[in-house]
Amino acid sequence: MANVNKLKNKINNNTNFGEKIKDVVMNNIVTIIFVVLCLIGIKLSGLPIFFVANELVTRISRNSFLVLALIIPVLAGMGLNFSIVVGAMAGQIAIIAVTHWGITGLPGFLLCAVIAFPFAVLFGYLTGKLLNKTKGQEMITSMIVGYFANGVYQLVFLFLVGTIIPMKNNVLMLSSGVGIRNTIDLSGGVKETGIKYALDQILKLPIFYVLIAFSILAILYNIFKLTNRRGIVNRREKQNKSKDSFKYIVNMSMFAILLILSIVIVAGNTPLKNIQLPVVTVIVIGVLCLFNILIVKTKLGQEFRTVGQDKHIAKVAGINVDRIRVLAIVISTVLAAWGQLIFLQNIGTLNTYGSHEQIGMFSIAALLIGGASVSKATVGQAILGTALFHTLFIVSPLAGKNLFGDAQIGEFFRAFVVYGVIGVSLGLHAWKNRAELKRKLKIE
Amino acid sequence: MDTKYTLQMKNIHKVYFNNKVLNGVNINVKPGEIHALLGENGAGKSTLMNILFGMPVIHATGGFEGDVYINGQLVNVKSPKEAMKLGIGMVHQEFMLIPGFTITENIKLNRETTKHNLISRLLGSSLKTLDKRSMESDARRSLDTLGLEISEKAKVSGLPVGHMQFIEIAREIDKRNIKLLVFDEPTAVLTESEADNLLKSMKKLASTGIAILFITHRLDEVMDTADNITILRDGEVVATKKKEETNVSELALLMVGRKIERNVPSENRKSSEDSEDIMTLKNLRVSMPGEEVKGINLSIKKGEILGIGGLAGQGKIGIANGIMGLYPTRGEVYLKGKKLKLNDPKTMIQNGIGFVSEDRRGIGLLLDSSIQLNIVLTAMQMQNKFLHKIGPITQINNGKVKRHAIKMINNLDVRCQGPQQLTRRLSGGNQQKVCIARALTLEPDILFISEPTRGIDVGAKKLILDLLYKLNKELGMTIVMTSSELGELRSICNRIAIISEGKLEGILSPFDSDVDFGLMMAGEYHKFHKEEA
Amino acid sequence: MDRSIRELMNHLGLPRIIIILFFISICIMAVFLGLPTDMLTNQVLVRIGMNGVLVLAMVPAILSGTGPNFGLPLGVICGLLGTLISIEMNLTGFPGFFAAIIISIPFAVIVGWVYGLLLNKVKGSEMMIATYTGFSVVFLMSIGWIIMPFKSPEMVWPIGKGLRVTISLGERFAEVLNKLWHIDAIIPGFGELKIPTGLLVFFFILCTIVWLFLRSKSGLALKTAGDNPKFAIASGINVDNNRIIGTVLSTVLGAIGIIVYTQSYGFIQLYQAPLMVAFPAVAAILIGGASAQKAHVSHVILGVFLFQGLLTIALPVASSIMSEGNISEALRMIVQNGIILYALTKVIGGE
Repeated sequence: MANVNKLKNKINNNTNFGEKIKDVVMNNIVTIIFVVLCLIGIKLSGLPIFFVANELVTRISRNSFLVLALIIPVLAGMGLNFSIVVGAMAGQIAIIAVTHWGITGLPGFLLCAVIAFPFAVLFGYLTGKLLNKTKGQEMITSMIVGYFANGVYQLVFLFLVGTIIPMKNNVLMLSSGVGIRNTIDLSGGVKETGIKYALDQILKLPIFYVLIAFSILAILYNIFKLTNRRGIVNRREKQNKSKDSFKYIVNMSMFAILLILSIVIVAGNTPLKNIQLPVVTVIVIGVLCLFNILIVKTKLGQEFRTVGQDKHIAKVAGINVDRIRVLAIVISTVLAAWGQLIFLQNIGTLNTYGSHEQIGMFSIAALLIGGASVSKATVGQAILGTALFHTLFIVSPLAGKNLFGDAQIGEFFRAFVVYGVIGVSLGLHAWKNRAELKRKLKIE
Repeated sequence: MDTKYTLQMKNIHKVYFNNKVLNGVNINVKPGEIHALLGENGAGKSTLMNILFGMPVIHATGGFEGDVYINGQLVNVKSPKEAMKLGIGMVHQEFMLIPGFTITENIKLNRETTKHNLISRLLGSSLKTLDKRSMESDARRSLDTLGLEISEKAKVSGLPVGHMQFIEIAREIDKRNIKLLVFDEPTAVLTESEADNLLKSMKKLASTGIAILFITHRLDEVMDTADNITILRDGEVVATKKKEETNVSELALLMVGRKIERNVPSENRKSSEDSEDIMTLKNLRVSMPGEEVKGINLSIKKGEILGIGGLAGQGKIGIANGIMGLYPTRGEVYLKGKKLKLNDPKTMIQNGIGFVSEDRRGIGLLLDSSIQLNIVLTAMQMQNKFLHKIGPITQINNGKVKRHAIKMINNLDVRCQGPQQLTRRLSGGNQQKVCIARALTLEPDILFISEPTRGIDVGAKKLILDLLYKLNKELGMTIVMTSSELGELRSICNRIAIISEGKLEGILSPFDSDVDFGLMMAGEYHKFHKEEA
Repeated sequence: MDRSIRELMNHLGLPRIIIILFFISICIMAVFLGLPTDMLTNQVLVRIGMNGVLVLAMVPAILSGTGPNFGLPLGVICGLLGTLISIEMNLTGFPGFFAAIIISIPFAVIVGWVYGLLLNKVKGSEMMIATYTGFSVVFLMSIGWIIMPFKSPEMVWPIGKGLRVTISLGERFAEVLNKLWHIDAIIPGFGELKIPTGLLVFFFILCTIVWLFLRSKSGLALKTAGDNPKFAIASGINVDNNRIIGTVLSTVLGAIGIIVYTQSYGFIQLYQAPLMVAFPAVAAILIGGASAQKAHVSHVILGVFLFQGLLTIALPVASSIMSEGNISEALRMIVQNGIILYALTKVIGGE
């Protein structure tokens, strides 16, 4: 195999710049297609840019956390974790309990997070154990786990609550006294009854002002990094340093462009400047991004990566592979539970038997659209993917209507894209693996 | 005990399922000594190493007898982890490297240097940050010790094979307490110059005081590098020699020599050199992983039993698999002068070539199907036998199938409850007979049979060999038998081709000397005879 | 004796034992609760015939080594297309029914062949990819149902574009099989027994055809390719072709299966209706004793009986115990997905 790699390196070195660009395009083809689709969709829908942007800010802050919850299992080589649905259920259990007790607003939200945690850990542990028994078939298993758990969830909240589990609440429960209602209002009109906007409403600022402040800070940070370099020891390090400087300068110019753009929008007095950003929610998402990035730099993260790359070698090196895999799923499930809380506090109504169902698939489609694959996913891909996915979501019904005279076609197309992108990227992954295997066989 | 030895293994006995695999083995290695461990496949080398590393397989099969001393201390190694703590390291034959990781990450695999951060203080040490800088400098030092110029930050995936081996070694010497390093056939996958480099590094390592146990079958490397040599055969130490006191041909003899079990009187087996060719292989190349064939020219004579021998991993197994089209194959195969289409099992079967695979349970049998179905299936598919035909519609003719199966069961003496029994329930020997029955049902002109007696008890072994001999004598069937057991090849074959490093090393008569066999198996025959001349 | 019981238990596996015991206890409860056993029996019989062919479609897929056919919606869509064309041609009764089958078969063969080629490219991950191929095609065809040029007023919306969500077969071939040779007998002490003979006969005929096929030369080749691909290659059998044959057969049976289903149900359901059609079928054959690698016609019959029987009888039993709510939906999800998970833990390989 190594020989081939050597050969490949040689070929790579020999290829010219044009082919490098082709490589970049081919590696990001999914994302590029979706950028084009989104642009066409925006154009066709004829929606005002303010509406799209405003909607997008809401949706990104609402959904990114769930998408980010998928990253660690990918790192640990377990593929796309369809069973975040189970985590979402843990979140909803907490919401139902907290709404029942009548604790609202931020305290209610925080209590939800606390209550959801043990449930999510338990569910994640069980799922992880099961996935260890079905190595090689993790994704289909996690998908079916979602369906299975949904059955149990329905059984509990439709039939056991009010019979075996004692609970009395006229608002939340069906009139018969058994089972939870289909929808639970988390805001409740005049009197607050739930956790709607608990996080979003703490602090809202116009997004472009925030961007201006953020860009200035980022530029300052990069300047600091650029000037404050320690002594250079040898030639090799010197090379690295110059590479680093280049990186800082590129970063700086990017933020400068962002800064100028924001200033132009604010100064130009376009409606865009009124778009509000739920600052605390975004900070929470930012913390999770940071968590995903930082964990890679720890011992635990290295173990995730090792297991993800090669289970056998990890085992020989003395890593408890099964334990690491369970841990990856537990973390993902807990994050999904919290992600569902963020999602629902923004939506404001809990659809008891439906809110969680599509979460896994939508999050996974978003991640894949951002350019991730079954074996590789980054924070950037998650955020980009969420943005693209939801742009498509916002514009496709109208685009369909304007193009075919039928909004349904747009919606079906959207659904086709969701399922199709998952199918295609799973297919490509399996196909690449097989091609790799075959190529290994062919070498002489 | 004597502290001047890094490793002493004393009077080691090991029994696997009533089968003695090690019988009173002693081995002593001093600090800074390169000690070669020589032996054929199945001589007990890997069992000895499994004991040294405390592999679970040893404990699962009832442990072992004897004592192991490290630096004079009696130790009881229960797991590979403990072995690591005691300072015993292994450089694997197959690389335990992660291609997507950098060299540093591979060297420090699961032994990363870490430092505390705010969160790890709260939540435990598994959240400690990796100390990249110190890991890299450690890796650099190990690479420098080996004289390797590559950057420690490079990814492993782009490296040549030779370098990968060095990274494995670097990982072992990065373990500070390393006292004893085991090299398991380290040069098997290397080019000549890479192998030279490796041997140099081994000497360099030994000069720092690390004891080295060097498992190999390449005799010239042994003579070049080792200080002392222990030769194992059939689980016993046949000799321990100082390098200065021995030579290549003596080592070859010690490695292979054994009393030859001859089933058949020798006068019945004339040389088949003069018979006409039935099949000719020209520059046959097969890419079977682990058993690569790298260009073989060979003629198979009509009516002979041709043996194909050689050490494991040298490519002997690949020949039959390649001809049958089970692995990508190039070159030319002629049957009675007619060129055959390669990579197509159907062509081969329809041209009267039968095959009994070495992988009995993997390729040879449908384990959850009946004996009778196993026997007739290939003939049914390839020759339309055993079928009722009504126009285009076919149905299996169970009566015919059963009659044929019973005939075969009786002829080959398959011990079973009847033709309906599932083959999974049969013993190894009887499973092998079912495989042979399936091949015979095709009525082949040439029968390729690989490792016919692997995993079969002694009594059944003789039955299988007798059967092959009978088929050859009575039906005139040409048989090509591939086997790791030289003794069994020498007991029934007319000629024996020895394969080394994917090439034909030479063809011997079963009555040639043990030294010649030993030299050929080790791939030294031509070198040695050239020097003599 | 003790050992043979334990062996049987091992063979069945815990989930299957639970399901069987559960089924028996529900049957006993139904009798004790005084539910109309005759009506329930009749319902069970109809549902066996209705769903049986869809479950039978799993057999060639599993045996050829591609695993349970989670891409069943592909075949179902072909069947729906055949039915729609049959209606468009203004056929009724048996001609309509058989025309639907005959028209759908060429579609199913082509779709199955392409789908088989796809599955050969992704060996080892068939189940997941099949699932998502099925899902996405359902939505692609949803667009198709809107834009296809069907004219028959029974099928298209009177205003707007496209086909209706449900189309009644009442005037076409609803229940043609159910009513064929229909037996209506009053048995004292039991009640009125209605046997949909035609439906059951049709199902058993298809079972017999599949059974005979599996004993033919090509059927045995297909089984060998799925059972042990390496053995098959060494025996000169083309594994990839046989996997395609298995997929094509499964798709064709899926198409026929949905036509049988719709004639009994009396309505065609379009758009998202075929989305989850594979899961109950997979679950049924697994409950019947199949695994992801081994299946037999007898597993189909036993499985469809147990699974459909369970669902049919559980509904009235549950609603007579509890005043409201549809517990059988939750139960179906637990049983159906539980057995699939169990089968997944038994899949060897992959690594």
